[in-house]
Amino acid sequence: MSTVASTVAPIRAAAPSLRLRLAATGIDGVTLLLLPAALFLIALFIYPFIYGFVLSFEPKQGGTLSNYQRFFSDSYFANTVATTMKIALPVTLLNLTLAIPIAFRVRLLRRQRLLTTFLVLPITLGTVLVAEGMLFYFGPQGWFNRTLMTLGLISHPVRLVHNYWGVLISLVITGFPFTFLLTLSYITGIDPSLEQAAATLGAKPAARFRHIFWPLLLPGLAITFCLSFVQAYSVFPSAVLVGEPAAATRVISIAAYQSAFEDYDYSMASAIAMIMAATQLIVVLAVFAGRALVYRGPVASGKG
Amino acid sequence: MNRSLTERLWAAALWLLVGFFILNLTALIATVITSSFATRWLGTWFPADFTTRWYFSAWDEFQLGDVLIVTFEVVFAVVVLAGLLGVPAAYAMARRNFPGKKLLMLLFLLPLLVPPITYGIPMATVLYKTGLGGTLAGVILANLVPTVPFVILVMIPFIEQIDPRIEAAARVFGAGTLRLFIYVLLPILTPGVLAALLLVLVRTIGMFELTFLTAGPTSQTLVVALYYAVFAAGVRAVQSIDAMAVIYMATTLVWLLIALRFVNPTQIVARAKQAR
Repeated sequence: MSTVASTVAPIRAAAPSLRLRLAATGIDGVTLLLLPAALFLIALFIYPFIYGFVLSFEPKQGGTLSNYQRFFSDSYFANTVATTMKIALPVTLLNLTLAIPIAFRVRLLRRQRLLTTFLVLPITLGTVLVAEGMLFYFGPQGWFNRTLMTLGLISHPVRLVHNYWGVLISLVITGFPFTFLLTLSYITGIDPSLEQAAATLGAKPAARFRHIFWPLLLPGLAITFCLSFVQAYSVFPSAVLVGEPAAATRVISIAAYQSAFEDYDYSMASAIAMIMAATQLIVVLAVFAGRALVYRGPVASGKG
Repeated sequence: MNRSLTERLWAAALWLLVGFFILNLTALIATVITSSFATRWLGTWFPADFTTRWYFSAWDEFQLGDVLIVTFEVVFAVVVLAGLLGVPAAYAMARRNFPGKKLLMLLFLLPLLVPPITYGIPMATVLYKTGLGGTLAGVILANLVPTVPFVILVMIPFIEQIDPRIEAAARVFGAGTLRLFIYVLLPILTPGVLAALLLVLVRTIGMFELTFLTAGPTSQTLVVALYYAVFAAGVRAVQSIDAMAVIYMATTLVWLLIALRFVNPTQIVARAKQAR
């Protein structure tokens, strides 16, 4: 478009029309195609967030900050942050530590498609269905406990649903495939000739991982960690269905939901949603700050 | 010799882990399917006998006919609108450079990075204030929030790899914008649009949080109805909830299988990489 502007402009005397000047900066009819999508997202994503933010400072009763004061002084609310962290952080770390070595193996596999198809299943079926299946499968009469008892590993059925472990298992079932596929896509993005070069120069597998893959992979792993963590942190259906929503797995999203749809206190619910967003942001920033401490270098991975 | 042994053990341990995961996943799904056909299943490895009657009772008890109609209405509307809003925007993002493009990219990335339950609660509040909460339109609008950016981010790299000289050539031969669109762009874009919209379809059927927060009694989709059924378990027979779960699985898996013919499984997850 800039070529059009430069050839047409001199013919039309000194001052080109507004349309041409806009076209020169890249704004023309085609750029306007962005408007509907952008306006839609501003109306339904940005505006509600600002609205919720403002609403959280206009509580049903009390001063401007009373929602936040209530949240942090009432242990019934304040504990939800710790409860959610206690679920989300171990799950994310577990998923990531399992995903990295497995992705390194699978990378060498020629027929990855069957495996990845299997792993996409729990993601597409969603947490509700996984929770529904878990209730019976991991229950005291389910196949899982039965098999362990037949093998003689346990004498009594282990309680794996309606407690902390139920939520943990459900988040591994839906979270591990997500973490794994994301990690795999970062690992396959690294040029294999880099590893071959290191191997030719005599580097052992551990050294190749330490000096070639690790620095290249770190930015991708930081993003994977953040995305997995944020998903685990906002766990909702499985915390209700296979957890103990009144005690051990009363996560922050349950508190927000109850305020909004059981107490009809939208102001308090917005405040909790803002706290949820803020705590997620703190962890994400901490991860990126930590990454900067461990490794300084180009942000893009080896794909160039 | 020694090193290859430890390496083999390491590999075996990893495959064992993968096998264990897939075995449990398959068994979990098999439990739901078996239970939905069981007459009575208490305290044994397998149910006493098999029947299909739970499917009929689930269909009546949960008004699955109505729920399925609502589900397809929502999904169809979301797919069409996400395509209409997303594809032109992706085209503009791929073809033009303009001030503020980075900011706009952030606007398209955020709804995919922020989890639905976090932005869903303020969004549901706004929808209920405007009277759209609890209606079919509200559910459709809510589901468009993550799907429009998804279409945009999937389509940008696809459009970028189309040679812009093809469009220039059509212009040279005197094609107007409309003719250019119908005869040149549409045929080239169709495979990419199809893939993106199939992914939107699969994601919308399974999208629980946003629908749950905005749906009223008459605008529930299948996955929300399933949640309420499991939540109120004890009122209804377990088998009939399992039958409903199987119906939900079937509707999702049919579309997943169709989608997987056109896209790589990692595409369902790895949108962040393409967004760079």
